[in-house]
Amino acid sequence: MNEKSLTVYSPSSPAGSMQATVRRLGWFSIGLGLLEILAPRATAWRVGLPGRQGLVATFGAREIGNGVGILMSKDPTPWIWARLAGDVLDIATLATGDNRRRSTNMVALAAVGGVTLIDAMCAHWLTTFHARRSQPVPDYSDRSGFPKSAEAMRGAARQRIPA
Amino acid sequence: MRALRWHGREDIRCDTVPDPIIEHSRDAIIKVSSCAICGSDLHLYDGFVPGMRSGDIMGHEFMGEVMEVGAENKRLKVGDRVVVPFTIICGECDQCRRGNYSVCEQTNRNKKLAETVFGHTTAGLFGYTHLTGGYPGGQADFVRVPYADASCVKVPSDLTDDQVLFLGDIFPTGWQAAVYCDIEPTDTVAIWGAGPVGQFAVRSAILLGARQVVCIDHVPERLAMARAGGAITIDFDEESVLERLNDLTAGKGPDKCIDAVGLEAHASRSIDSLYDRAKQAMMLESDRAHVLREMIYVCRPAGIISIPGVYGGLVDKIPLGALMNKGLTVRSGQTHVNRWTDDLMRRIEERQIDPSFVITHRVSLEEGPMMYKVFREKQDGCIKVVMSP
Ligand SMILES: NC(=O)c1ccc[n+]([C@@H]2O[C@H](COP(=O)([O-])OP(=O)(O)OC[C@H]3O[C@@H](n4cnc5c(N)ncnc54)[C@H](O)[C@@H]3O)[C@@H](O)[C@H]2O)c1
Ligand SMILES: [Zn+2]
Ligand SMILES: [Zn+2]
Repeated sequence: MNEKSLTVYSPSSPAGSMQATVRRLGWFSIGLGLLEILAPRATAWRVGLPGRQGLVATFGAREIGNGVGILMSKDPTPWIWARLAGDVLDIATLATGDNRRRSTNMVALAAVGGVTLIDAMCAHWLTTFHARRSQPVPDYSDRSGFPKSAEAMRGAARQRIPA
Repeated sequence: MRALRWHGREDIRCDTVPDPIIEHSRDAIIKVSSCAICGSDLHLYDGFVPGMRSGDIMGHEFMGEVMEVGAENKRLKVGDRVVVPFTIICGECDQCRRGNYSVCEQTNRNKKLAETVFGHTTAGLFGYTHLTGGYPGGQADFVRVPYADASCVKVPSDLTDDQVLFLGDIFPTGWQAAVYCDIEPTDTVAIWGAGPVGQFAVRSAILLGARQVVCIDHVPERLAMARAGGAITIDFDEESVLERLNDLTAGKGPDKCIDAVGLEAHASRSIDSLYDRAKQAMMLESDRAHVLREMIYVCRPAGIISIPGVYGGLVDKIPLGALMNKGLTVRSGQTHVNRWTDDLMRRIEERQIDPSFVITHRVSLEEGPMMYKVFREKQDGCIKVVMSP
């Protein structure tokens, strides 16, 4: 059977959790940063910025810093916002790209655009998440509504429908 | 009198309006002693349910004292203390006689509109859009209750407002959701949403004897309240719902699933909820169905999906293949409130449960508009707001 023809729907897969996405962005930052530092000339050429390897290497250092920040800190929110700022800088730089390498430049722009969207989502999630977590949580642990422990009430209404 | 009126999205005001009068001989006029804000009101506040008009009086969870009765109303007398179910019922039509009160065939005075949208009419509801009759609601000093002889539930004098108010809506709603699950003593019942409806669903599932009740939300204090009622909780911001549910059921999935969230399911960071948000924004889809999809996917084969959560229109990408092949049963509906009120009143009198546990905020009617926001934003630990006019 051709499994490719199956449309699989898997809601919020375990790997899809917010924390996992954030961590993946951290590793992605480091990977991209290493590439930019170790092969600045080739990377510059590939994204349509020929000859601007110095700038690319600087961006690489920034990416690595960001990635380490995301993976090492307890609350990665500021680091994700920093990534987002970096994305904007990347886009602005790519937009000044060499016209002769327009098509590769556009591909790079689109890729950065996609990543920007993910960064923006994570930044938004993290910010609202931490805003909620920073509010004091009232204690409702005594609000059972039952006269006895919930355990003691389990099944108390088994004979349910009255005559 | 004063009444909370809808003037548009996120615009509810406490206005002065004319007092209601008896319009029909089965009516009664009730002086409201307590009323509450329901999760369904939030769907109107957020503008997700069609059919509201500027100036509509809100509120469908209320109780009070009978001030005046119509000539034909033999069951109520002035001074009676009553809870008013949010469903308006005639008590005589075919559906009412079968106990299917929320689809009463008589009480919706905008039947044509409902038939166009849903294929058939459903019951009239208080303070809940012109699709269901456009009846002025109970977040007011006084309300006209149509067919009051059939619907009003008399309250024994020794019970307080706080104990019985929720008999008009959220308690029977959580209860019906659990009863619809045909709970067996071996069952795991998973409940999405730890709002007021979810809280009552948790307690109902415990009372009905489920072996394990799991409640899913991301608001810490709501999860704490669910734990107090006997649930195991999952915070969907912190953990994977599917993974936890499978862990708790040895990989088999919950036998029964309850959607106590409805059409405003939060983007729980999954791709499909973003898809819904985008489509909703483009008006290609009216409701967000993330919870429904998750339930269908995780529910144990041959299980039951019970949906008290409100939906208004159309949704997309429902995994119907999974639903059909797994042989799931879906049960849903606005609550047939009067089907359960006698039984639940007795359980309150016998102190099996005290529904007032859910109340976190008490305010005056004037403070109501502000509390819509507090309730929606879950500020200040807000779970249930009760107003005393
Ligand atoms: N069938 C009926 O007759 C009836 C009666 C009353 C209420 N309702 C409906 O029941 C629903 C709940 O009402 P309520 O008063 O408890 O409202 P509520 O808004 O207070 O509660 C909804 C809860 O769902 C949670 N939630 C959001 N997205 C979620 C997700 N993806 N997974 C898990 N939880 C999620 C929210 O954090 C919130 O705590 C609403 O849709 C309401 O309209 C139906
Ligand atoms: Zn309601
Ligand atoms: Zn009827």
